[in-house]
Amino acid sequence: MTDSNGSNSRFLKSTVHVLLTGFGLALLLLPFFPLSRVLLFTPWLLALTTLVRLYPLIRSHLRIPKRVRSIVPRASTGSTCIASTGLGVAAILAIACFPALGNRYTVDVGVMVGIYSLLALGLNVIVGWAGLLNLGFAAFYAIGAYSYAILNTRFDLPFWPGAVLGVLTAGFAGFLLGLPVLRLRGDYLAIVTLGFGEIVRVVLNNWDSFSNGPNGIMNIDRPVVFSYTVRPPYPFYYLVWITVFIVYFFLNRLYKSHFGRAWIAVRDDELAANAMGIPANRFKLLACIIGGAIAGLAGVLYAAKVSFISPESFTFMESVTILCMVVLGGMGSLRGCIVGAVILVTLPELMRDFSNYRMLLFGAAMVVLMIVRPQGLLPPQRRLEA
Amino acid sequence: MFFQQLVNGLTIGGVYALIALGYTMVYGIIELINFAHGEIYMIGAYAGIIAIAAAQTLIAGGIPPIAAVALALLAAMLVCAAYGFTMEKLAYRPLRHAPRLSPLISALGVSIFLQNFIMIAQGTRDKVFPHLFENTVAFDLGSVRVSLIQIAIIVGCFMMMALLHLVIQHTKIGTAMRATAQDKTAAALCGIHVDHVISVTFMIGSLLAGAAGVMIAMYYGLVNYSIGYLAGIKAFTAAVLGGIGNIPGAMIGGMILGLLESFGAGYISPEYKDVIAFSILILVLLIKPSGLLGENLAEKA
Repeated sequence: MTDSNGSNSRFLKSTVHVLLTGFGLALLLLPFFPLSRVLLFTPWLLALTTLVRLYPLIRSHLRIPKRVRSIVPRASTGSTCIASTGLGVAAILAIACFPALGNRYTVDVGVMVGIYSLLALGLNVIVGWAGLLNLGFAAFYAIGAYSYAILNTRFDLPFWPGAVLGVLTAGFAGFLLGLPVLRLRGDYLAIVTLGFGEIVRVVLNNWDSFSNGPNGIMNIDRPVVFSYTVRPPYPFYYLVWITVFIVYFFLNRLYKSHFGRAWIAVRDDELAANAMGIPANRFKLLACIIGGAIAGLAGVLYAAKVSFISPESFTFMESVTILCMVVLGGMGSLRGCIVGAVILVTLPELMRDFSNYRMLLFGAAMVVLMIVRPQGLLPPQRRLEA
Repeated sequence: MFFQQLVNGLTIGGVYALIALGYTMVYGIIELINFAHGEIYMIGAYAGIIAIAAAQTLIAGGIPPIAAVALALLAAMLVCAAYGFTMEKLAYRPLRHAPRLSPLISALGVSIFLQNFIMIAQGTRDKVFPHLFENTVAFDLGSVRVSLIQIAIIVGCFMMMALLHLVIQHTKIGTAMRATAQDKTAAALCGIHVDHVISVTFMIGSLLAGAAGVMIAMYYGLVNYSIGYLAGIKAFTAAVLGGIGNIPGAMIGGMILGLLESFGAGYISPEYKDVIAFSILILVLLIKPSGLLGENLAEKA
């Protein structure tokens, strides 16, 4: 940005760099293709590398100042408070009116957005607030879904008691997994949770007499409210989103209470938090229980929605997707979780036409997002007071 | 039964150890769980198959089996080293100073990308590794059958590990790697090109994973685009078991995991061999969180 000459030569240098990188990547990727596909794929690859490499340059050319992330948290002033309240009301209205505008298919996608919002909110408590990296979150989702499914199909338990038991079971699983969490460092924790997720899935897949193995469980009852059966998509949409709002409200209050502050303190510096008299271990455990229970709730709703579940729905990929929602939205931000869920559920639906490439693009997008905007779309705003 | 499972366990354990080395070396230097490492192993297997197929079509009359294996190993190692280098440069280097979670997510992204890339490029069906050797049973003692391939894999793994040990302990780049792993800033002050060392680490790790990929493809005869995921987790488990960041630990961890899994599959139930592996991992972490050979690391401030 010093003078135009230097900037031009840098531009040239960077262009050469881009071409070389693109060429190198092509050399790497192309040998795996049959020749006919090579021509199809090359332009995409070039475009992608160009984007990644040119981003800093474009930013400096447009003279957009690099965002300085302040260490001091931003205080929320009166006007932003009103603005965010207005946005919240608008969002609620949009969600409430959405079924009137959409058809059966879009509302069905809306139901899935709601269920994933719950999952993202649950994972956010564990990863975003307590700072515990969990890579097996789908396990709690599976535990909730299977608890309700088994209680319902085998013991004829209706939805509501089944849902309560499902949530409690998932919360208890969170407690059990949380116990080893207390003594492990970040990366070990990631691998233990990953292993836990795999164990749950493999057990569900193989223990035929308990979970009916890979065939899954069919004919799960839908919820009944005052002798009215809540069916997907339209009535179920409201059931799911009302649940999301209740959980959101609950978590929002929790975040603003001393619980939220304790979690942030433990996440940012466990030693200091302990020294301040915050029982770090107890709060970590609590985060695991709450996160697990919310995922269990999502699992119960999912089982009731599709009325058929199998271990296929709870793979490692599922855990990664939920984690991506939290990270995309901005870790620790409740609004971010919903936004992340909306984007990551609807985008694949929109991209159904080239379904083969969507996971490829998803992977590339994760890398680009981390480089371009690691704090996510809506990072949390911390209040100064309280 | 016992000896059979022992040999099977050593074979698979050697492969886990080779992959685990890549995890542990990278973790030792930049403290990143390189989730895409399993995919590198898968790419190595594919590269080997493609190289053999290319050689067999290009060279009239075909090539001798030994040469084919050597060619597959060489191709896989070269391709994988290139992939490791590029991966680090594009996806991890820009995130060197980002919060811990960012490179991890980026690594997951690379993993998804590579897996789907191979799925699109090579199709979803299993690829067959060419049947190179006629008589594959080296010796047969009634209850114990050891194939030539198993012996080759075990010997090959040990040779590579010995070679790696020599490189790390007795060469200039090995010294630089150890110095960088201990303290990046101090290493840079001593005139070590840290970026360079990290690139080389990724390349060596990927090269070992590529060799492991060819070996496993030869052993099972079938390769699929999704094999990287489970092998990657298992190898990471092995690395943690031995104490992550610790190179002899990764070798021992891989062997132990391979043996446990093989005995578990033989004596308990083959369906639950993954569960056995993970349960043992969790138990080890509960009892000795730093792994078998790891020093007690305090949380870095």
